[in-house]
Amino acid sequence: MTEKKAMRDAYGEALIALGNSDADVVVLDADLSGSTRTAMFAKVFPNRFFNMGIAEQDMAGTAAGFSCVGKKPFMSSFAMFATGRAWEPIRNSICLPNLNVKVVCTHAGITVGEDGACHQALEDISIMRVIPHMSVYVPADYYEARALIIALNDKPGPVYVRLARAGSPVVFDENYQFNFAEYPVLQSGSDVSLFACGQMVPIAQKAAQTLQAAGISVDLININTIKPLHGDQILKSVIKTGAVVTAEEHSILGGMGSAVSELLAKNAPTPIEFVGTQDVFGESGDGDLLMVKYGLSEARIVEAAQKAIARKANRPS
Amino acid sequence: MSAGHSLQDVKEIGKRIRKKIIQQVTWAGCGHPGGSLSGTDILSTLYFRKMRFNAQDPQWADRDRFVLSKGHCTPLLYATLSEAGYFSDDLLTSFRKIDSKLQGHPEKDYLPGIEMSTGALGQGLAIGHGMALGLKLNNSPGRVFVMMGDGEIQEGMIWEAAMSAGHYKTDNLVGIIDANGQQIDGNVKDIMDVAPLADKWAAFGWHTQVIDGHDYEAIDAALDTAINVTGKPAIIICKTVKGKGVSFMEGVVKFHGTAPSVEQSEIALQEIEEKY
Repeated sequence: MTEKKAMRDAYGEALIALGNSDADVVVLDADLSGSTRTAMFAKVFPNRFFNMGIAEQDMAGTAAGFSCVGKKPFMSSFAMFATGRAWEPIRNSICLPNLNVKVVCTHAGITVGEDGACHQALEDISIMRVIPHMSVYVPADYYEARALIIALNDKPGPVYVRLARAGSPVVFDENYQFNFAEYPVLQSGSDVSLFACGQMVPIAQKAAQTLQAAGISVDLININTIKPLHGDQILKSVIKTGAVVTAEEHSILGGMGSAVSELLAKNAPTPIEFVGTQDVFGESGDGDLLMVKYGLSEARIVEAAQKAIARKANRPS
Repeated sequence: MSAGHSLQDVKEIGKRIRKKIIQQVTWAGCGHPGGSLSGTDILSTLYFRKMRFNAQDPQWADRDRFVLSKGHCTPLLYATLSEAGYFSDDLLTSFRKIDSKLQGHPEKDYLPGIEMSTGALGQGLAIGHGMALGLKLNNSPGRVFVMMGDGEIQEGMIWEAAMSAGHYKTDNLVGIIDANGQQIDGNVKDIMDVAPLADKWAAFGWHTQVIDGHDYEAIDAALDTAINVTGKPAIIICKTVKGKGVSFMEGVVKFHGTAPSVEQSEIALQEIEEKY
């Protein structure tokens, strides 16, 4: 069985590394530091950690202020609360003045599980990516999350990073380096482009194997950067395959799939199937079971790929 | 640098700022004169008696910061920054016009001296608090001043920041409330009463003063006291009159966000000339 590791642990470890290498790094949390793992930083660097209490808007505004005087703030909470409650301060006080604030959230998606719908952010990619100046990253595993956080510290400007709560199968290894110019191609193929992000990446890997066994050749790309989208690389894959599936642990409205379809509609209209939640709220339950119930599964990706390929065949010439 | 201005000088500067406020909103045909005029005496005293800055070196790391949380009062901010030497008076004619550096609400770094983008009400205190905490980490002597409106503090985010600055005992942070008692829809006490102001801020752990926000001597003394408070943040609640200095604007809610006509503007400028 593949090793499982949690992205949020990678975040805590990366923060400590940054704390050691860069005296300007400060970390803010909103009473979830144990869960987001910012408590790991707080333990080593208590003077540079600021618990703002259960007040995400204040956390966002305070982070903006830190940035104004040259500090490098990372602010964290659950994806639901930091991007939702604090959306307007993030827009107006961080993104509008283009400040160097990293919004790093854990507990994104339906795998939050038992806490239920009010804690399951399925809209965060959408509401973050529509803000000018904001970049949006969704790492696929522990190693990518760690490499990303460390690399982001040298990249000024507002950023949203989406991390999961639960341990998930590792995709990369400890030598992984985050590449801001290009997506990792996990498998080359010619029949269908499979674009996955976050925890859907290891699931997409399994789906690709299943499809391969059925004689379908999959071009599998890890869309770790949703904004700015690496359009040329996506188009290159799509022009090669002529059919697309996107897979994300997020609503199909406004997320990674939407970003890809915006690109394709303009540059290379192509049959596309969206794997994600279908404009619904989640519910309580075991995370793995919820993934299957809400269509975030290997089976659903396989079906979607077959459907996209069939649509390619039926395309009017 | 701000030091060295006498109170008499500051009154003269305040007079010029009032005129520039009227001129900007008249040229633009829109904007917010009421709350700009109510905060004029406070900001004149702050910039030209107390704040440490250098208009020739706007990024000087140890400067004091000013955040206009009531961001709609750009006519006041731009007039003050022009008086402080950050930019030429000529720019004031472009206020609110297309391609202008003088946006309707302030945009950080569009011009030197604009420390932060504000305008979505309620956010400035948290921003100022972050600046103040950061300056402490930087071992900088810089202080942060945040001007809020009394309508603005209906925003919940203000009270989150009030709580956190009290919690962190951030004593290089000074809040100033331009309490003119009016907001767009009417009187603050009728729309959503924020009283008792002093008790609320004190309860959040702030050193609290209540003064007449048009009395230069009182403003000067209160700022000295607030700056010297240790172990807690300080707030000065300034009782003011919306539209102060122009008879037909004083206490008139309409002039929160309406420009005077050209004829009214001439009368206003004449009144300011005679009164100050």
